[in-house]
Amino acid sequence: MDWFLGTDTATQKLVGMAVAILLFVVVMGVILLAVDRPRRVPRWVVVAAFVGPALLLLAFGLVYPGIVTIRASFYDKAGSTFVGLDNFVTAFTNEQFLIVLRNTAVWVLLVPVAATAFGLIYAVVVDKSRWEKLAKALVFLPMAISMVGASIIWKFVYEFRPDQPGVNQIGLLNQLLVWLGIPPQQFLITQPQNTIFLIVVLIWIQTGFAMTLLAAAIRAIPDDIVEAARLDGLTGLGMFRYITVPSIRPALVVVLTTIAITTLKVFDIVRTMTGGQFGTSVVANEFYTQSFRQNNAGLGAALAVILFVLVIPIVWYNIRQMRLSEDVR
Amino acid sequence: MSTTPTPPVTDADAAATPAPRSRGVSDRARIARKRLSNPWASGIALVLAVLWTIPTLGLLVTSFRPELEIRRSGWWTIFGDVFSGEAQFSLDNYETALFGSSTNLGSYFLNSIVITLPAVIIPITLALLAAYAFAWIEFPGRDFLFVAVFALQIIPIQITMIPLLSAYVSAGVAGTFWTVWLSHSIFALPLAIFLLHNFMKDIPASLVEAARVDGAGHVKIFFRVMLPLLVPAIAAFGIFQFLWVWNDLLVALVFTGATPDVAPLTVRVAELAGSRGGDWPVLSAGAFISMVVPLVVFLGLQRYFVRGLLAGSVKG
Repeated sequence: MDWFLGTDTATQKLVGMAVAILLFVVVMGVILLAVDRPRRVPRWVVVAAFVGPALLLLAFGLVYPGIVTIRASFYDKAGSTFVGLDNFVTAFTNEQFLIVLRNTAVWVLLVPVAATAFGLIYAVVVDKSRWEKLAKALVFLPMAISMVGASIIWKFVYEFRPDQPGVNQIGLLNQLLVWLGIPPQQFLITQPQNTIFLIVVLIWIQTGFAMTLLAAAIRAIPDDIVEAARLDGLTGLGMFRYITVPSIRPALVVVLTTIAITTLKVFDIVRTMTGGQFGTSVVANEFYTQSFRQNNAGLGAALAVILFVLVIPIVWYNIRQMRLSEDVR
Repeated sequence: MSTTPTPPVTDADAAATPAPRSRGVSDRARIARKRLSNPWASGIALVLAVLWTIPTLGLLVTSFRPELEIRRSGWWTIFGDVFSGEAQFSLDNYETALFGSSTNLGSYFLNSIVITLPAVIIPITLALLAAYAFAWIEFPGRDFLFVAVFALQIIPIQITMIPLLSAYVSAGVAGTFWTVWLSHSIFALPLAIFLLHNFMKDIPASLVEAARVDGAGHVKIFFRVMLPLLVPAIAAFGIFQFLWVWNDLLVALVFTGATPDVAPLTVRVAELAGSRGGDWPVLSAGAFISMVVPLVVFLGLQRYFVRGLLAGSVKG
């Protein structure tokens, strides 16, 4: 089995990858070749060949584990004794988890609103500026890199050196404080505002997404509406308030809800910047800690279920708004 | 695009590729915009763009500075030093990060590549086939199944992880690349099937009918009619999936167990950030080693990239 599962040397890894891809191509090729006889193969066999592999994977990897996890959330650490709602009671009453829930709420309130606001301002401004392409690319760039990379970039901005003579700050934010005559701060350690400094990172990432979508929506506002408003004497802020914002309302809602879903599941930033210490943990990070570090499977499952339940209404609203904005068009 | 219930895709399309027939109109629009271009707006846009870039620039500059300099002074002093001719640059940090025995990011880079390629090819192929059946083959229960697959998008991947991990352990593949390939493929499927189905639905029925009259079965129609027309959609989703897998931390962390044999760059770099938090020479270089591929993709394929990212932004 070594050629199949081995991961010791670089060659072995590359060969393993090539074998996996080849295997996949051959299996799918054989299946498709077998059903490629229009009149002799019953239709259900053809259907099974096309949707079967995908549905099998989904049943094995999403549906079945989902049910197992929901069941596990009513069991104890080891998954052997039924404990009813105890895990959920812990998650909603224990002081440590109340901080987690509070942080998650702050994230979900702040990130979508701030990122959408910045994105909207930027979309409006950039529409009338020179260097439009370059400016857009620079703001969108954080969206391309990993959240791990983004976290390290910002960790460096927040870097703290003790306030002693002869020690220079190397983090930009603390240097700015020093220039202003304020003593440097431990941004990532001082509670509770450290959560805000983590939130800044996700806002920085998501603004580019909001800007791109909203800029497209603004461009799609019909010229005659804008022209008519201008003839009526609307300019600047009035135009923004009475024409731009109402016209792109559906896009605004889609952006807000989409970012909210991303925010609810945020994990990488907290993991990389603080590891969830210093009172910065959120539900997705606590799920990882409980499931894979504390080996408390029951509580971990309960946190995953809480995440699931929190996502449902946002997704539902998101899809409804997408449908509505379709109808408008 | 009237059957596509995802405005992000259409918006991105509209932004990325102005329809050729309305070139006259868009030309006039551009001229008009130029006339309206407002110095204040340009100023604010420029300030915001610079503000958004400074954090990245700071770490990039740092990654090229000698270790001692990094510890002694802030990266911004480099601008003064450049004028006075005292600025020092070196590639030592990259060498240490890539080949140093304690960091060894080179081998993690390889892991990232080995993880990413199959995790892009497998789900897209399976999703294309399934999407074709949902769009063009009549069978009982089709609509119900399609809605069910669509609805699976709301499942957070966290909820599947512990059971999946124990399934991998009992199958004897735990700690191999197979766990990550399979998991990424599974997690990508609902969105991929949904999006590709929408693109397939937009292909005129007359084309499919004509092929059918010529005696082509579903397999031939799929390969000869559908695939060539779907290349842009596949490229857009492919890039999105590529970046999603390359940038992922959670899936890799859980299923590879962070072992050096199979863990990707993100896992290792995140680990370094925790264990060697103050070691900025290695961290800054490491961060950019992990970001160079996404950055190249972003700069080179920006149009497809934006389209794919917007189409897939709800995933996770």
